Amino acid sequence: MYDFLIAPFVEYGFMQRALAGSLMLSLGACPVGVFLMLRRMSLTGDAMAHAILPGAAVGFLFFGLQIVPMTIGGLIAGVIVAMGAGAVSRFTVQKEDASMAAFYLISLALGVLMVSMRGSSVDLMHVLFGTVLALNNDALALIAAISIITLVTLGIFWRAIVAECLDPLFLRSVSRLGTPVHFIFLGLVVLNLVGGFQALGTLLSVGLMMLPAAAARFWTARVEPMCALAILIGFGSCIAGLLMSYHASLPSGPAIILSAGVVYFVSTVFGTRGVFNTRLRRHRHRTA
Amino acid sequence: MNAVMTEACLTFRDLTLGYNSHPAVHHLNGSVKTGSLTAVVGANGSGKSTLMKGIVGVLKPMAGSCLNTRNARVAYLPQQSELDRSFPARVIDLVSLGLWPRRGLLGRTTKEDREEMAKALMAVGLEGFEGRPIDTLSGGQLQRALFARVLVQDAELILLDEPFNAVDAKTIGDLIQLIKRWHGERRTVMVVAHDLELVREHFPETLLMARRPVAWGETKETLRAENLLRARRFDEAWHEDAPWCEPDHGHEHLNGHSHAQPHDHAGHHHHEHGEVHERPDHESGPRAA
Repeated sequence: MYDFLIAPFVEYGFMQRALAGSLMLSLGACPVGVFLMLRRMSLTGDAMAHAILPGAAVGFLFFGLQIVPMTIGGLIAGVIVAMGAGAVSRFTVQKEDASMAAFYLISLALGVLMVSMRGSSVDLMHVLFGTVLALNNDALALIAAISIITLVTLGIFWRAIVAECLDPLFLRSVSRLGTPVHFIFLGLVVLNLVGGFQALGTLLSVGLMMLPAAAARFWTARVEPMCALAILIGFGSCIAGLLMSYHASLPSGPAIILSAGVVYFVSTVFGTRGVFNTRLRRHRHRTA
Repeated sequence: MNAVMTEACLTFRDLTLGYNSHPAVHHLNGSVKTGSLTAVVGANGSGKSTLMKGIVGVLKPMAGSCLNTRNARVAYLPQQSELDRSFPARVIDLVSLGLWPRRGLLGRTTKEDREEMAKALMAVGLEGFEGRPIDTLSGGQLQRALFARVLVQDAELILLDEPFNAVDAKTIGDLIQLIKRWHGERRTVMVVAHDLELVREHFPETLLMARRPVAWGETKETLRAENLLRARRFDEAWHEDAPWCEPDHGHEHLNGHSHAQPHDHAGHHHHEHGEVHERPDHESGPRAA
């Protein structure tokens, strides 16, 4: 048991770094995912993940496979797409799903074009799928900073984010924070996706954001516990995924996301608000 | 400052609100007295909800202004459809949003706040409902919870947009009592409503809208048959080829709504004074319809 569960993390530095990186990622990304889901913006996370590709590609084009320039590039591309799509939806008749689709597709095409201009398909694979087992100190520091920024920002704007989800018109009637909070939130989404792409790749970083959140929805009817549970599911998925990756020589990113996927399916069926409990089980009922 | 001004809670000056260059509220002039209880009535699309949004500031005027003369704290109850009932919140979470004006973004909820929320829930007949998820509430219970939120807001100006929709008679009765209590406390209350009998019975003043005010003043006078007939003739459609509205085309400028003599504008803006000047599309002024 020790050999299976603990030894890989004790004996190998790369596994420790992978564990530290992925746990810190879960800490920030999972609660952000909960709010994305509650605002019916789950696919926005996916679109944003695609959108950061050209920024990362520009960093790669000029500096090669280095974390800092690629991260900054990804961040800039993500912010441009988030703000652009957000602004189009806030100030025109177009809804956010359509403007987001337009912006991210343009961004993705640009990104693929840039990567193909220089570099091999191996490089593209790295950007798309990441390598959590090769996280260096820079990457870990970046992920730590992103987690702290995310948790502090969520703590400060919690009340406004909840109000913006629950009753946006009410928030606008008592405060001018409605629009800024929306953009701050989109900023957090971008930040966490960028933090995740070194470890999980641009395509899968959104997985650690959305799957634990979607799974947690089946267990609780309140936001705070939902965020905490999503983080725990994220933690569990990271540990399980890394162990699977180590023992079965599987790529680590997909292994982590698939572990979260298993939790999602189990929750869908057996969660307190899942299919079994709400549809299949015969319930006793009270008199009032 | 004259007497009317000192008493006014809200002053509309040539207020025009709308969407896509088409006015939904067109050149509204007049004032709402502090401590008054006013029903806002009119057909669908006559600008009632738009006026509420304009007063509260979530919709910017296309022209003119809406002045919160005494800088009164505003509580606004939008129509229920604006609320996301699938959001995982409890009744108490919804009511606690009403603490925002006092606690803002970061202020902690105090013991007094909790007591006040409990009192508000009791006042609307929802004691014991604190922990209920909002997606399990009936329409009437949700409306009661939203009234509790208004209570907690402790505002001087209260705007309620169609609070009696899809609500049973008992709940309507209870909500009316709350509205009367606010009126008794000298708060200024404006309520969008459709039931004219209810308005006649409980609201001293009424604003009858048809994009413009058809009549505004004492309820009995406002809801006279000829006014209602004029309002009924209101054409709610936007006309893409409607002429651009020019500022000097004889809009009434009233010092107070009691003097309102709206001319025959029920939805039709006559441009009989001189030529209609076409303006290029990028100009942001309102069209006449």
